[in-house]
Order: sequence, then structure tokens, then C-alpha cells
Amino acid sequence: MWFLCVFYHRLLDFRKPEVEALAELFGEEIAENESLQWRLPEHHHNDTPFHFVQLSSEEIARNIAKRSILVKGMYELWGEGTCYEELKDSIQSYPDSRKLPFLTSDSTFRISVETFGKALTFEEQKDRIQSLTYIPFEGRVDLKNPDHNFFLMEMIESEENNGLQPILQRRIFFGREVGFADRKLLPTFQLKSRTYLGPTAMDAEMAFLMANQAKATSGKLVYDPFVGTGSILVSAARFGAMTMGADIDIRVVRDGRGPDCNVWSNFKQYGLPTPVALLRMDNNVPPWRSGLKEIFDAIICDPPYGVRAGGRKSGGRKILRGTVDPYTVPDDKRTDHIPSTGAYSLVECVHDLLHLAARMLVMKGRLVFFFPVLRDETGSEVKFPEHPCFKLVAVSEQILSSRYSRVLLTMVKVEPYSEDIEEAARLMHLEFRENHLKWLEDGNIHSSVFKPIDSSQIHTDPKTFKDPKPKYRGKYV
Amino acid sequence: MRLIVHNMLSCNIKGVVNKFPLRIEPEKIIVKKVDFNPDFLKHMFAKIDWKALVYGARSMEHTELPDNAPDIKTLESDESFLRKFHHALLELHLEEGSLVCPETGRKFPVNKGIPNMLLHEDEV
Repeated sequence: MWFLCVFYHRLLDFRKPEVEALAELFGEEIAENESLQWRLPEHHHNDTPFHFVQLSSEEIARNIAKRSILVKGMYELWGEGTCYEELKDSIQSYPDSRKLPFLTSDSTFRISVETFGKALTFEEQKDRIQSLTYIPFEGRVDLKNPDHNFFLMEMIESEENNGLQPILQRRIFFGREVGFADRKLLPTFQLKSRTYLGPTAMDAEMAFLMANQAKATSGKLVYDPFVGTGSILVSAARFGAMTMGADIDIRVVRDGRGPDCNVWSNFKQYGLPTPVALLRMDNNVPPWRSGLKEIFDAIICDPPYGVRAGGRKSGGRKILRGTVDPYTVPDDKRTDHIPSTGAYSLVECVHDLLHLAARMLVMKGRLVFFFPVLRDETGSEVKFPEHPCFKLVAVSEQILSSRYSRVLLTMVKVEPYSEDIEEAARLMHLEFRENHLKWLEDGNIHSSVFKPIDSSQIHTDPKTFKDPKPKYRGKYV
Repeated sequence: MRLIVHNMLSCNIKGVVNKFPLRIEPEKIIVKKVDFNPDFLKHMFAKIDWKALVYGARSMEHTELPDNAPDIKTLESDESFLRKFHHALLELHLEEGSLVCPETGRKFPVNKGIPNMLLHEDEV
């Protein structure tokens, strides 16, 4: 069945991947190497909020809408057109067998008017609703708790904007609501009401999107190796998953800011079960027992990529005073010794993350993480890290500044981990390191993001000035 | 720290061979109620090292688990067993104490329920 899927007009790059992940979660059968079928309304640009998606049942569509963050609603389309005449013809030719069961005299209904790109007065809305008399509504109107919700959606043609193509043409849709999103989650979980926050706490909306990409749900175990204040795990726990987190900074995971302001309290605040485990460890030298594998259903994280916060790993080279040799800890000082740490470059960090995921994720388990990308003028193709155990299923970019953006990568484990694979992975990593390391090297991304504008690039003559960056709408919103 | 974590961790000091399971030296044990989720428990049961779980549970004064892991089918029929497994795996917390490497005797401290597995400079 085709459904009209209407999105909130934000985070455009994240919209379809979210629906795709949720479709899988709610049992949509998708053949291997295939994905959901999407279709655009006539003359609409990909950035439009209106899309059609094919799903096998109304129940799946309803579940997706209910759990989704970016889907405003899913509708069974009864008719569409560029004007009200066309809409009428279209609705009248829609089969009665699909319409009549929802128009019976013992049911209640409501019609809402939604617009995109303009606002209608109450009178105008009333006129439009009353023009629908050709639909044989038999039921009673109930504005509060109707059995059936109908939507009339109207948009005006958007104009050329900032040199970008208009995203839609005038079109009117009429449909029956199948499911809608619960955005109430967002005000409840917004960061400003969170007790314990760190400098890189994940925004609630994004954290929920990440948990949806990871298909977090009851009975699953979700792990975040860079847990920090737990902002990503909170969203996974909200969807019923068991959570577990690790961090190299013991002050964050153990102490927080006091007994009622720490990672645990961030979960208790919302009445969510606290993580199964929080521990302090180093992803570069993980303490997993040998033989432990395929235990996590998903790994979700925002690795430290050195712009807001840099990564650290064991094995710093701070010389220890008054010791046997420079790096040996004297026995009497072992108990309270604070080991020094060294810088942990993003390349190494991502390599360790892929290795961890390859070994510790169950088959079909998901690895969801952010990866920084520099938006250079050359527009050269970005290459993402690869691993033979994983298939990249979604790439969603969020632009953070004119210099850089972050891309949410969703990978699915398709091959079991083995030593042979590990060797292949090592070679892949070396290749990646060789060809793509330059800007990922320690400090490089930080300096590119914060470097002063090159004076040779400042054009004083506005006539010759050309913005070198490609114009791009979607990913800013 | 719950026993599910104890079951995953080993001593990762370079060159150490006999590194699992870590011995638990409890100073403070607490019990916290956790919602009972049979699906999660069944999923975990297959991944758990049973001997290490029993060893860990006994050092935390919980002696109700059988020496040998029951057949996975028992989980379907025997809810009382599943409840014991649930209790040992998720509800027993080591709030203060240490995890000790069986070979080197290196102590990994557990404070406020958080095991500190970071190695010293000369152990990496």
C-alpha cells in the first residue's frame, strides 16, 4: 500500500533513513539489497515534506508514525490535485470500498486543514471544509476524540529561494490519518531540563533519531563506548532498551556533579531504568574477556573528533618522578595512581570502534555513529570508514558551520567476525589511513574548523565574488 | 557494578594469560530491584560464562545458582530459575570493592559502582 508520509520540515537528510529503520523494526519485510519504495508528488523536489512510501500494512505505517521523531503523519491518500476541481475528481474516483467503511453513520470524524508555505484564516478553512460536500460523510463530527481524522493539506508553490529550486508545486491532498508522531517527547527530554550536562551532550531530538536508527527496543542491549553524561543512552532507554556505557573520564561516569547530578540521575529524572553498567575503560585497550562476542544489539555513539572535545587513550608518556625507571609506577603508589593518557586520533578511534562493533554486535546489529566531514570548496567526495563485517545503510548529514558538518552513519553487521575478516579489516583500515588520514590527523580538523579566513579568499569586489560553496538547502534546516 | 559486567571483563595487562574471571573482593554490596524482562534474560543466557557468574555470585554471598548451567530449554519452563538468574545477573551490585586479576593480583577498584579498568603506564 502507498501512504502519504508528511514530514516536519527539518533535518531533511535524516527523514527517510528514520522511516526505513523503523519499518524494519516494526516488521516490514524488506528483501536483501532492497529498500523501501519511495515516490515524490508530481513536480516536487526531494526536499519537500510530502513523500509517498510503500508499506505492507496500515499497522506498520501507524507504528512508524507513532515512534518517529520526524514524521508528522501517515495518511491514506483519497485524492490529490493542483486545484479543488481536480481534487474533487480524484476523490470521487477513489474506490468506494476504501472510503465507505470510514464514513458510516455510527462513527465520528474530524476534518483538519493543514497548510505548507501559507496560513489560512479560520473562515478560509471553513470554506474549504464545506466544499467537501461531495464526500458522503454520514457520521457525527467530534473535534476532540474522533474515530477518523481526515486532513486537507494545501500548499502554495514555493518560490525560488536563494538561488535554489522551489521544492514544491501547488498541490492539494486529502487523506485519512493512519498515524501521527508524538513530539511531546522532545520538550520532556530537552537538554535544558537535564540535570547533568556535559559540553558535548547530545541534543534530545538527535539522540532519539540515533536510537531509532539503532532500532532500540525492549529486550535489546545498547552500548555507548563514549557515554559521557549518557545523553544518547537516555533516548535508547526511553524506547525500552537496556543500556550500557563506558568512558575514559572517570569523573564523568563515577562522580558527576554530586549524588543527585550524575549519569544515573539523568535516567532517574525521567523514571527510566538506569544503565545495566557504567564503567571506566579505554576503547584502545578494552578489557573484554576472550570469547566474549555478539552481546550488544546496537552500538550508538558520538566519538570525540577533536572539535569540541578530543579523545584520550591509555599510554601517555608523562614521566613519573622518583621512580625506578621513568614509566614504572612504584608499588606503594599503585592504589591511587592516576595514569596519564595520550591523544587519541579520530582515525584510531574509528578503527577501534569498528573493531569493537564487528566483534561485539549480534548479526544484523547496528552501529550508529557521527563522523565529522570538512566542507571544503573542492567538493571532493568524502570517504567513510569501512569494515568487511558491515554494510553502510544510511548516511545523514547535519551541517554545523560553513566549515564542517557531521554525518550520522548507520551500519549493519552482515558478516560474522573472524580472524580472516580481521586481517581484511586491517588492510582496509591501512588504505583508509593512507588516503584519508590527512585531515583526520590529530588537531587537523580542529584547526580547519577554527582557522581564520584566508585573506586571499576575501573578495572586496562584490561583482567578482562568488560563493565557492555549493548552495544547499536541506541539511541546514 | 552488576555481575553481567563482571562476566564481560578480564584483566588486560599486557602479557597476562590467566586473566578471567576476576576475583571479587566486596566491601559493600547492595541490591536494587530491576524490571524482570524474560526476553533480555534469554538473550543474555546464551552469552554468559556460567562458571564465572556462579563464582561471582558466590563471592557476593548469593548461593542459589546451580554449579552447572541448565539447559536453555529450562528457561522457557522454569520461571523460578529465570528469576534467580535475573537476580544474580542484574540486581546484585558491587557498590564498593575491587576486581582482582587471578594471575598478577592487580586490583581494579570499584567505587560508587563503577569499575575502573584503566591500566597504568607500565601495564599497557
